[in-house]
Amino acid sequence: MSILRVENLSKTYQSRGRSLTVLDNVSFTLQPGDTFAIVGPSGSGKTTLLGLCAGLDRASSGSVYLNEIQLDNLSEDQRAAVRNQYVGFIFQNFQLLPTLTALENVMVPLELRGEKGAARTAQELLERVGLGQRGHHYPTQLSGGEQQRVSLARAFANRPKLLFADEPTGNLDTDTSATVVDLLFELNREAGTTLVLVTHDLELASRTQRVIRIKGGTVISDSRPEQVTVG
Amino acid sequence: MTSYTTSTQDRPLVKAPKTDPNWLWRMAWRDSRRSRQRLFLFMSAIVLGIAALVAINSFGDNLARSIDEQSRELLGADLTLSWNRPPSKKTQQFLRTIGQDRTYEVSFPSLVSIPRTGGIRLAQVKGLTGNFPYYGDWEVTPAAGIQAFRKSGERVALVDDALLVQLGAQPGDSVKVGNLSFRIAGRVMKTPGQAAIASTVAPTVFIPNTFMNQTGLLQRGSRVNYRYYYQFSPGTDVSAYVKTITARLDKEGINYDTIAERKRQTGRAFADLTQYLSLVAFVALLLGCVGVASAVQLYVKEKIASVAILRTLGASGRQGLQIYLIQTALMGLIGAVIGAVVGSVVQLVLPQVFGNFLPVAVDTVVSWSAVLAGVGTGLLISVLFALLPLLAIRNVSPLRTLRTSYEDDLSGRDPLRWLVYGLILLFIAGFSYLQTQEWKLAIGFTVGLAVAFGVLTALGLALIWLVRRFFPASWSYVWRQSLANLYRPNNQTIILVTAIGLGAFLIATLSLTQGLLLSRVELSASGNQPNMVLFDIQNEQLAGVKSLVKQQKLPVLQQVPVVTMRLNDINGRTAETVRKDTSIKIPDWAFSREYRVTYRDTLISSEKLGSGKAPSQSNGAVYISLEKPYFDRLKLKLGDTLNFNVQGAPIQTIVGGTREVDWNRVQPNFLVVFPAGVLEQAPQFHVVMTRVPNNETSAALQRGLVAQFPNVSAIDLGLVLKTIDEILDQISFVIRFMALFSILTGLLVLGSSVVISKYQRLRESVLLRTLGANRNQILLITALEYGLLGLLAALSGILLSLFGTWALAQYVFEVPFRPTALPLVLVAGVVTLLTVAIGVFNSRDVLVRPPLDVLRSEG
Repeated sequence: MSILRVENLSKTYQSRGRSLTVLDNVSFTLQPGDTFAIVGPSGSGKTTLLGLCAGLDRASSGSVYLNEIQLDNLSEDQRAAVRNQYVGFIFQNFQLLPTLTALENVMVPLELRGEKGAARTAQELLERVGLGQRGHHYPTQLSGGEQQRVSLARAFANRPKLLFADEPTGNLDTDTSATVVDLLFELNREAGTTLVLVTHDLELASRTQRVIRIKGGTVISDSRPEQVTVG
Repeated sequence: MTSYTTSTQDRPLVKAPKTDPNWLWRMAWRDSRRSRQRLFLFMSAIVLGIAALVAINSFGDNLARSIDEQSRELLGADLTLSWNRPPSKKTQQFLRTIGQDRTYEVSFPSLVSIPRTGGIRLAQVKGLTGNFPYYGDWEVTPAAGIQAFRKSGERVALVDDALLVQLGAQPGDSVKVGNLSFRIAGRVMKTPGQAAIASTVAPTVFIPNTFMNQTGLLQRGSRVNYRYYYQFSPGTDVSAYVKTITARLDKEGINYDTIAERKRQTGRAFADLTQYLSLVAFVALLLGCVGVASAVQLYVKEKIASVAILRTLGASGRQGLQIYLIQTALMGLIGAVIGAVVGSVVQLVLPQVFGNFLPVAVDTVVSWSAVLAGVGTGLLISVLFALLPLLAIRNVSPLRTLRTSYEDDLSGRDPLRWLVYGLILLFIAGFSYLQTQEWKLAIGFTVGLAVAFGVLTALGLALIWLVRRFFPASWSYVWRQSLANLYRPNNQTIILVTAIGLGAFLIATLSLTQGLLLSRVELSASGNQPNMVLFDIQNEQLAGVKSLVKQQKLPVLQQVPVVTMRLNDINGRTAETVRKDTSIKIPDWAFSREYRVTYRDTLISSEKLGSGKAPSQSNGAVYISLEKPYFDRLKLKLGDTLNFNVQGAPIQTIVGGTREVDWNRVQPNFLVVFPAGVLEQAPQFHVVMTRVPNNETSAALQRGLVAQFPNVSAIDLGLVLKTIDEILDQISFVIRFMALFSILTGLLVLGSSVVISKYQRLRESVLLRTLGANRNQILLITALEYGLLGLLAALSGILLSLFGTWALAQYVFEVPFRPTALPLVLVAGVVTLLTVAIGVFNSRDVLVRPPLDVLRSEG
């Protein structure tokens, strides 16, 4: 059973009477535990592809099966339920709720599921990312790297089967990036989660088992990392 | 519970998460942490509206209770009987046997004068014998005046304060009533059974009844009223007793008034008053709600990113909406409770505001029903208004977490919005129906409000469109920047034009309407219209009065004979038949009232022929002419017969025609006009009208009248105008007081929307400063923007009010509409300046602090 299956996925936007195809007939399948990177230049359609895979948006044609659930026919609220149950997210700009403390941010996915002991689980996760003492801080009181670590803790809170990361190091300096990336892969390995990474950082992409390159909305290569040319 | 299935299998794989309902409350609480102050600011807009509502309704409740508790003081006695033509001897005898104690009163209007000051004025003269008032305090200073007055044999008078003030007299002076002078023994501040305002209209001189005949004022045909005040032994059911004698009283044309009846009437009149005023308060509340809606809209815009994150993490659209609904509802509740507290305090001053209008002393205690109703109303309506922008939260797309420029999710039409609009309209109509108990009025009020809001919104939109369409690209940077602020994203044009415009509309309408009412009276004072009416002139005095007028070199503009009579039957049906047969819808007063009738064969300038013909006689039949609305209310047709009792003699008449009468003219107008040749021999008095050029001539003529014809009274239009002005002043003070809440709410909405938009504009202003804009430039941009907004809002409000007052003038008061410019210019100026002042005051941070400092503290 595949964890993510993408079939002939296309996305077209209508703008002032003209249609703009940003994703054209993309297909791939991921097995549980896979690590996977989507790389490509700005505007190539990689973020659109991530959004469609995670059920954040609807495709113009083609299908996405997440844990064998076909997302295309579900309402927005139904897709939200799927995300809450199976999916974790890491964003380039962290996307922490500014009015919640670090601990509360990590608790949100657990509380949405109605889980008991959300605070304890969240505290453990914060400790795992090295922020055990910072739980009561608000996002604005944390550095970029710390915020991304809180975001990592939140992403793993609901023990997702699939983790989507959109340029996770895009807003971080080199040293901080390295720490966050190490942590991301460690947590991923421990939890056995499937990782889908969108990046234009080829070095980061090279740490995954499989890389697809997109340009102009179409997949131009699908390969093992050692085949990706760095630089 | 929803469950979703895979495409290939039917077994459920995903269930909607079982979120703990308390989580919504926790999230609402956590999320509000950094915006509680601002959230409260949104809700502060409803505080004053609720305060006004609670104040006026509490006051209404307390007034009703006080009327109930002090109802005996409303009449000063258990029962009064009154009549204006002498009843039969037998009945007179009977009247003297009713009750345990009784006071007899004879009253009529007459000119009275103060010899020391030479002041002269028309007053109500009341001759009393007995111990009235039986209930309540007769407030007289010095109090000993009452004892002096009741001691028989002394020529003393008690005089209403208003009259003493007008004539420059005080206790100790003497007042001349007809042929007699009386020593003024006391100043009457309040008489039971009479609101203080009544003494402004017809101030009273009380004299002992024993001197009544000697005044020489009681002559045949004088407009004299007689009354008995009765006190019954405690425990008597007066209403039940009155029922047993009603038939007898009706037959003799005697009117009765009991405490129960007076209580009902007074209570109803004041219930109406407070209910209408609560509509004014409601306008303030709605205005506040518009502020809430606009503030919440800006709030929602800021929260969209957070909602998108929550949606990405798996929250449903409904959960997102609920979180922010909880926040706004809680703030609404706090605002409503504060409003209710403020309102309960404000009602303490309302008795002073109403002052002379109040029939009883009002105790002010907290009215829990008014507080609850106010909190409920405020909470519900503010949540409804907040829902309008909040609904958008349901549609926020999680895609916004990936793409900041994503905007497709909120641009579509939402059918639920229309449902909320419908609910708001329904709520407003329902509320105004509860207040007025009249659907027509409630719907009129709702439609009127919707139109006012609609017009103001349209004007705001038009301004935005015009500025964009004709943007003056060549103007200086400061002008362009402030003009562009009117239409750029997060602009406040619509909300400020609506809120401030509605406030300006209320103030301007008040001012214009007062002018309208006054102009209605002033109109009659213009040109060659009579401005002084002499009445109660007996047949034998007519020639003398006319020559007195001519001696003063004044014209006799009109001379009208008046005969008093009563209606016996309509088409042979008497009052009794009509009352028994409920299918005949003729009002009681048609038979009980006294008719003052004149006779002539032509119509005069204030009359227009409606149908039929002018009064005439043919073949011995008497064809009379009736005023059109009177004719309609009595459900009459041409050719119907009316039988009148002309002071004992029955006269059969036929309805020959109807007339439209312009009642605005200061001259005697008549419901019923007889043809000439029928009433000439009946007892009658005459009315003579003249025009006096100034106060001196007026006083000279009145002095002549008092000296030669003491029973003749004069109404000076100047005095009437002054009296009306005084009453209008008092009324408009009450209305202004209530409108004040709307205006203050408007300012609060203005203040809070400026503060809220400050957060939106701050970065931009700081950016401008960083790029080198100096303080003056930013100050000027801000001042110009708010100046334009304030001016447009004020002009819109004034335009609306001109239209509204024109409609009032045209259809309600039926007078030509000539608005005066000055008050309107004042309203426009003050509103604009206030808007600029508040706008600039709230933006002072940006002006005085270093840019980075501002960004850090707000970031």
